[in-house]
Amino acid sequence: MARVAGIFGGGVFILSHLTALNRGMTPAIELINIDKRFGAVHANNNVSIAIAAGTIHGIIGENGAGKSTLMSILFGFYQADKGECRLRGKPEKIKSSTDAIALGIGMVHQHFMLVEPFTVLENIILGAEGGALIGPALDKARAALKHLADEYELDVDPDAIVGELPVGLQQRVEILKALYKGAEVLILDEPTGVLTPAEADHLFRILKQLRDQGKTIILITHKLREIMAITDRVSVMRRGEVVAEFDTSKTNVGELAEAMVGRRVLLRVEKTRAKPGNVVLDVRHLTWRDKKNIARVDDVSFNVRKGEIVGIAGVSGNGQSELLDVITGIAKASSGEVIFKDQPVGIKDSPAELRKRGLAHVPEDRHHRGLISTFTAAESAILGYQSNPALGKGFRLNRDAVVAQSLKQMQEFDVRPADPHLKSAKFSGGNQQKIILAREIGSNPDLLIVGQPTRGVDIGAIEFIHRRLIELRDQGKAILLVSVELDEIRSLSDRILVMFAGRVMGERPPSADERELGLLMAGVGKEAA
Amino acid sequence: MSTRSDLPAWVDIGLIPALNLVIAFIMAGLVVLIIGENPIKALAILLGEPLFSLQGWCNILYYATNFIFTGLCVSVAFHAGLFNIGGEGQAYVAGLGAATPGLILGGALASILPNALSQPITLLICLIGSFIVGGLWGLFPGYLQAKRGSHIVITTIMLNFIAASLMQYMINRVYRPTGNQAVESRAINDAYIWNLREIGNLFGAKLPSTPLTPVIFIALLAAFAVWYLLWRTKLGYEIRTVGANQEAAIYAGISPPRIIMITMMISGGVAGLLAFHEVLGPQHKLLLEYVQGAGFVGIAVALMGRSHPVGIVLAALLFGLLSEGGTQLSFEIQSISKDLVVVIQGLVVLFMGALEQAFHPLLQKFFRQES
Amino acid sequence: MEFALLPEILSSTVRMSVPLILACIAGLWSERSGVVDIGLEGKMLVGAFSAAAAASYFHSPWIGLLLAILVCIMFSLVHGYASITQRGNQVVSGVAINMLAAGLTVVIGNSWYKQGGRTPQLDDASRFLPINFPGRDALFEMDGVGPIAKIFLDHSVLAFIAFALVPLSAWALAKTRFGLRLRAVGENPQAVDTAGISVARLRYQAVIIAGVLCGIAGAYLSTALQTSFVRDMSAGRGFLALTALIFANWRAWPALGACLLFGFLQAVANFMQGFHLFGVEIPVQVFNALPYIMTIVLLAGFIGKSVPPKASGTPYSKDR
Repeated sequence: MARVAGIFGGGVFILSHLTALNRGMTPAIELINIDKRFGAVHANNNVSIAIAAGTIHGIIGENGAGKSTLMSILFGFYQADKGECRLRGKPEKIKSSTDAIALGIGMVHQHFMLVEPFTVLENIILGAEGGALIGPALDKARAALKHLADEYELDVDPDAIVGELPVGLQQRVEILKALYKGAEVLILDEPTGVLTPAEADHLFRILKQLRDQGKTIILITHKLREIMAITDRVSVMRRGEVVAEFDTSKTNVGELAEAMVGRRVLLRVEKTRAKPGNVVLDVRHLTWRDKKNIARVDDVSFNVRKGEIVGIAGVSGNGQSELLDVITGIAKASSGEVIFKDQPVGIKDSPAELRKRGLAHVPEDRHHRGLISTFTAAESAILGYQSNPALGKGFRLNRDAVVAQSLKQMQEFDVRPADPHLKSAKFSGGNQQKIILAREIGSNPDLLIVGQPTRGVDIGAIEFIHRRLIELRDQGKAILLVSVELDEIRSLSDRILVMFAGRVMGERPPSADERELGLLMAGVGKEAA
Repeated sequence: MSTRSDLPAWVDIGLIPALNLVIAFIMAGLVVLIIGENPIKALAILLGEPLFSLQGWCNILYYATNFIFTGLCVSVAFHAGLFNIGGEGQAYVAGLGAATPGLILGGALASILPNALSQPITLLICLIGSFIVGGLWGLFPGYLQAKRGSHIVITTIMLNFIAASLMQYMINRVYRPTGNQAVESRAINDAYIWNLREIGNLFGAKLPSTPLTPVIFIALLAAFAVWYLLWRTKLGYEIRTVGANQEAAIYAGISPPRIIMITMMISGGVAGLLAFHEVLGPQHKLLLEYVQGAGFVGIAVALMGRSHPVGIVLAALLFGLLSEGGTQLSFEIQSISKDLVVVIQGLVVLFMGALEQAFHPLLQKFFRQES
Repeated sequence: MEFALLPEILSSTVRMSVPLILACIAGLWSERSGVVDIGLEGKMLVGAFSAAAAASYFHSPWIGLLLAILVCIMFSLVHGYASITQRGNQVVSGVAINMLAAGLTVVIGNSWYKQGGRTPQLDDASRFLPINFPGRDALFEMDGVGPIAKIFLDHSVLAFIAFALVPLSAWALAKTRFGLRLRAVGENPQAVDTAGISVARLRYQAVIIAGVLCGIAGAYLSTALQTSFVRDMSAGRGFLALTALIFANWRAWPALGACLLFGFLQAVANFMQGFHLFGVEIPVQVFNALPYIMTIVLLAGFIGKSVPPKASGTPYSKDR
């Protein structure tokens, strides 16, 4: 490096670049060959990352790519099955968060680790009280807070009750907590998921200042914009592995999106052109706000016609689940309307009512919603249809009818084992999903809403499920499909909508360029790309 | 999600209760040892003695009648994911529903109808009355849980105490005939449930003195009804769905608040049937404290019986045996109080309820190796 | 109400409040750490029995107190093991402890003393008597001041301990490291865990404190308030203390107020059969039921709202 500087003679640009590289010589953090499995899931597969001191290092990837697991290992929350962590070149065993904190690692979790009824000061000193009485620690923290506030724009009222603060300020308390405990390395897990754009900008300013003061920052995100805006270097993770690493200044969103989504072998499904008919579902300016008044579904409009599959692509957590909840009557819209078969879905329309009107719903989360693991398969196979008169007259539930119907559905959908008396939990993921699909399709709906139809499902079952969905479409049914698997969306859908941060970023045909879809999923509109 | 499903069913419903019971007996045996008596002998009396006499059997069935009602009360609520500790209070207040028709209506009916007709009609009204009053006393905490978010454990505990005060007042001030020294109502002769001995006398059979009445059949019927409700009706399906997974219930279009209220009404109502049995049967009058902790025994019965009506009937018989055996034990070994049975109940609740997972890893390991 | 009885009623209020305060503060420590304690009643009962038995054997109320505390800690540890280590149902565990206590005290008492579960009468030397400080008699006989002083001062050392525990607990919870962590673990155990503090250790400490205080409460019942143990002598006081805790919204100073109020209601109920207010007779049972009725009203959120520590009743496990 000295040679380079010598040749160019110490220009300002070169010098600053040089120091950055010099810092990079001894990485603050090295994760070497980290391997971690949770049962059958290979969350981290031989991952190696080196993070230069005094930089902002981004880790990007879709949900389930293994980012959070990796950081939890670094923070001592999980233990790696194999591999090594090195801090400033020194191998360290991080067995708990205590160890991590002692080594100068701080973490801002996606779900804040704050005690809501406590004041800001009380939260900050928790675990670092320094003595049996908290008085001195509170005073010390108050002074430190003032200092940090001056230095990094980290203003927050030290005596405010944390639970009463807005989310952006709560996050600031989390950062202050880490800094107060002497963090030199700060990990932020999806920090902007809960922030407004203005709050996010403020956060980025703070992070840059922290870096300029020599702190090392690891930013976990799935948003390309953020990576481009503030990181120095970025690692891309996919399916538990690091698939690419770039200097941020030498890459672009397109390249990152491609690395993130990957070129996958499409599971091509045999299908003919759709022959769309009348509109079955019409969603107009739909907005749904959560308890904190944040719009999780933000002014969404689209429709689904007979005989077509409309796919909603997007990284999970961008409002798809909430959208499905509102359409299926589980949650009530804050504004806008949903029109199903020319009739508006009103406040009084419960999921049961909508089911009667011909709306079937394969929920995203089959364990928590789709079936009841302690029930037998036959019992799970009537969930939502328990008041169907065919299953028993009046108040009665005819067990024989329930079992017979379940058996018929099982045979039709090739559920193995085809035993209606077996506990739902005993079936494999694919067979559980087939039980649910059989139930919902079996009700002969006009509109089928399908969330993550093949999550955790084996290849054979995936093909089967995809075929059934296409068949249903060809019978003239309307299907709304939500999946985080982009190739699934592309191979099944006739039209693709991409959701990001509660909004529909755009509509594309299934033939659209994968990269373009990836960009939309990462919140980058056409203009930016 | 329960990890319990990893174990074979017979281990879950057979071996685990048996294992816990054995441990409870061993620990109770230690208590007996500590107070200087022979635990083997004590156990032999406790579990054996009642089985060798007709009277013993009758008394076991008498106790079991009450325990079936309270055990069902707890388990119905369990199935909806609710812990109803208020069976004691629900059974107590239900005494009003059992006694009032007998005291007021019974006389009027008896004056216009022949006894053979007025008695059954009055009894039927008393039966419904006790179910409704007990049910309302259960519905109230159900409503508070469903609509106001007040934790049902806390509210049912408090309602037990409120029930005690209410009943003390009602019996003392309303039901006690003026001038009567004892704090109890007058005898309820117009709704009189005969005990086995009285029925035997009718046929000239000489039967031992026992509080056992035909209400045991109503208890068995109630057990069947609860089983039918839970596993053979749409409502039962919805109750179990809410108990297993509220989120799935909402997905399925079931309203958890509605189900919670209905379930608590049924739960309290079944507990209320204890009042029908005790007030009109053995006691023939409304008196103080007639529930005698059966509401709490119901918790042990429900846990032991794995919340299944068949299990509950068996567990109620077991606890009936213990109650009767405890009485005989305290006769034969003066230094052992019959409260030893309460200790055993406590141990069963501890091991079956709070520590049910304790042996789980062990058993799981064992059965995984086997399979 | 006859005003002549007022000093007596107030003095009795204090005596009735003492076990409530002790048990209530016991519950406060346990529940603020996130461990629901339905077993206050049972622990108080075994405490009362142990204190009476040991005091009569050793002729020392202090040894009685010590034993009551030890036995109650053992019961607390059972509850702790079930609810912290085994992550069992805390309510069920509490119910079990109440049953065990009710049974064991009578079984053992009956076998040892053959008096139907009653322990032998304690002589004065084996009891906690009102403190005899210098000038006591003179003070109590003074006109005007005397009766008032008597209300507040004519009590045993355990009563003073109970009253001292309220500010002490309030202070410890608010101002010490232990208190801070304990409050945190009852609200958000994960935050405590990520701060590198052991959740289980804190909760065990909390239940042990609850055991100590229940032991004192039990000893007060059998060796200060009464002269022996009788079966079921806690008589629902543990549940009344729990009610006071909820009524006080899990805070120390309001808990004192709630216990005094409930103690007063008990005292009134004991002193008079039928109480007249504006010519309407109020039955004594109303006083017994009033604490529970008021608390249910509060719980239902009709007036104010009582909110338990967020994590109370839920076992903590790292890997969810």
